[in-house]
Amino acid sequence: MIAGMPEEEYFVSGHRACAGCAEALVLRHVLKASGKNTIVVSATGCMEVVSTPYPETAWKVPWIHAAFENAAAVASGVDAALKAQGRREGINLIAMGGDGATFDIGFQAISGAIERGHKFMYLCTDNEAYMNTGVQRSSATMPYASTTTSPAGKEIHGKQEPKKPMPLIIASHGVRYVATVSPSNLPDLHRKVKKALEVEGPTYIQAINPCVPGWGIASEDSIAISKLAVDTGVHPLYEIENGILKFSAKPGQWKKVEEYLRPQGRFRHLTDAETGKIQEYVNARLTFLEGIEGKKCFDVLM
Amino acid sequence: MRKVIEASKAVAIAVKLCRPKVCPMYPITPSTHIPEDISNFVSDGELDSELVLVESEHSAMSAVVGAAAAGARTFTATASQGLALMFEMLPIVSGMRLPAVMAVGNRALSAPINIWNDHSDSVSARDQGWVQLYVESSQEALDTVIQAYKIAEAKDVLLPVMVCLDGFSLTHVYEPVEIPEQKDVDRFLPAYKPKDFLDVENPKTFGPIGFPSEYMEFRMAQQGAMAAAAKEVSAVNREFGKAFGRKYGDGFLELYRMQDAEYAVACMGTIAGTAKVAVDEMRKKGIKAGLVRVRCLRPFPDVGLRKAVKGLKGLAVLDRHISLGYEGPLYTDIRSAVCGSVGMSNYIAGLGGRDVTLSHFEKAFTDISKGSFKGGWLL
Repeated sequence: MIAGMPEEEYFVSGHRACAGCAEALVLRHVLKASGKNTIVVSATGCMEVVSTPYPETAWKVPWIHAAFENAAAVASGVDAALKAQGRREGINLIAMGGDGATFDIGFQAISGAIERGHKFMYLCTDNEAYMNTGVQRSSATMPYASTTTSPAGKEIHGKQEPKKPMPLIIASHGVRYVATVSPSNLPDLHRKVKKALEVEGPTYIQAINPCVPGWGIASEDSIAISKLAVDTGVHPLYEIENGILKFSAKPGQWKKVEEYLRPQGRFRHLTDAETGKIQEYVNARLTFLEGIEGKKCFDVLM
Repeated sequence: MRKVIEASKAVAIAVKLCRPKVCPMYPITPSTHIPEDISNFVSDGELDSELVLVESEHSAMSAVVGAAAAGARTFTATASQGLALMFEMLPIVSGMRLPAVMAVGNRALSAPINIWNDHSDSVSARDQGWVQLYVESSQEALDTVIQAYKIAEAKDVLLPVMVCLDGFSLTHVYEPVEIPEQKDVDRFLPAYKPKDFLDVENPKTFGPIGFPSEYMEFRMAQQGAMAAAAKEVSAVNREFGKAFGRKYGDGFLELYRMQDAEYAVACMGTIAGTAKVAVDEMRKKGIKAGLVRVRCLRPFPDVGLRKAVKGLKGLAVLDRHISLGYEGPLYTDIRSAVCGSVGMSNYIAGLGGRDVTLSHFEKAFTDISKGSFKGGWLL
């Protein structure tokens, strides 16, 4: 129990997520922050599978799943219906999906729903690969990470492309609130979810979610790894409010990325040179974010 | 009130009369006039509905799922590639037992790209748990949209309904249409009040995962719902007849001069109009001709068909689609229903907007009346 957080649970125990699943923890806390008056629209993925094996459910709020790529489009319909029925007021609408559902297959639906200005919070639980189907590469996968479709082979060492900068792409749509969160900083997560849900329009939150089998980490380490993702700047915590980026819980000095990479099976194959390249990549992204911090970098259109 | 309007407008007016709360829409030829007309009604304050002007047909059907699950009456329209793009969502709508209504302006599928009429789009979607009604006229298009909501929302049914109207040859054709009064439609079709919907006071889980131990029971329940829909298709058609003075056969089949017919053709959609003229012409030539227009493809009227073909010496089925590698799907369905009780032949006609003419029907009648059941392509 963390001081000041509600005791009520809306994503409850009994679901079938792996021991140490960071995603389940994020959901639990997102729901604590949003409360009883919440409707959740879920994409296909681990969380949908583990939480709703018919006739069981782990959801104590109304919940709907339709397909993989369309949580934002389904949420558009829910938003429109609530409005048409005169019951939109006071209901938090959350659409959620993993990185595959968000960065890849659902990209168009999210862009469309945001452009239309629906009032909903999109939650991306990012574990950097298609974990539900057995750890295949997505456009959210970190460079050099080994997945089952970007394996660390003799010639090619893992994924060769950068990670799609999804929060910045969403911010470019002109939304009023975008934030990154981590299960290692729950007070920050609560504050950001509450803020996102207050906005009269679309908002976006991206959580880093270490995946125990997919990342090759010990189940008791998922929170520690989340913290390292934040402290090394691999997944820096920030919010983009009304077009202005501001870091949150920024460490005095970024830790070395190596500390984050070393405990993970998916990076076990890295050469020193590759570790160095990842550090350069992370540095470059941080330099960019620090460069735009505090400046109005995105038009706010809605 | 009687107005000369195109069928797209007739559909839009019917939608307005049915008061859907949410209309997710995406334009595609030849059904585009439907979302345009609905948008005009909303902009002019004649229809109180939330338009969700989505970025794809897949999202249109996804928004239908969200809105219908939230308890709203919904409407959307599409055609051809649009229906193909939303295909993934079709069994999800029916599997989740959401009574959506969609108009399909029937159009050929690519490639080659072709914007004109055949039935390849919706017939390809036949097995996805939607009730499918094929109309012949603008009046029938209007009336069938109203009937569709009544069938879809019946408490034992709760299935989506596709109202299929031929692209261009109906969507864009002007005909006199009798427009019902709002108060009469309100009486016929009360507001949609679902038992289960996304409700924070009574939270429920929609769209869970069904394991092998559960999945088949869901499909069995849908098959049961289709049987219930079969009852509603005829009951609603009868009730509509009483309320508005128009009905369409028994709801499933429209029979034209079939009482003493010896040779008949079967088809769906607007070409039935030409077929009726052909029947009259053949009768002038001494051939006892008749027409079976299949209005409801799913649930399929097998019993009605067996009755309809009794006494026939030959039946030619004109399909505006082909199951490549086999034959016309309507032919397959009818042959299976009548099971060898009549000589049958299959003609593939009118693909990609190719005209289906009087002479095509006359050829079919002449062939079967001479005992030739080879069928073939009517080019």
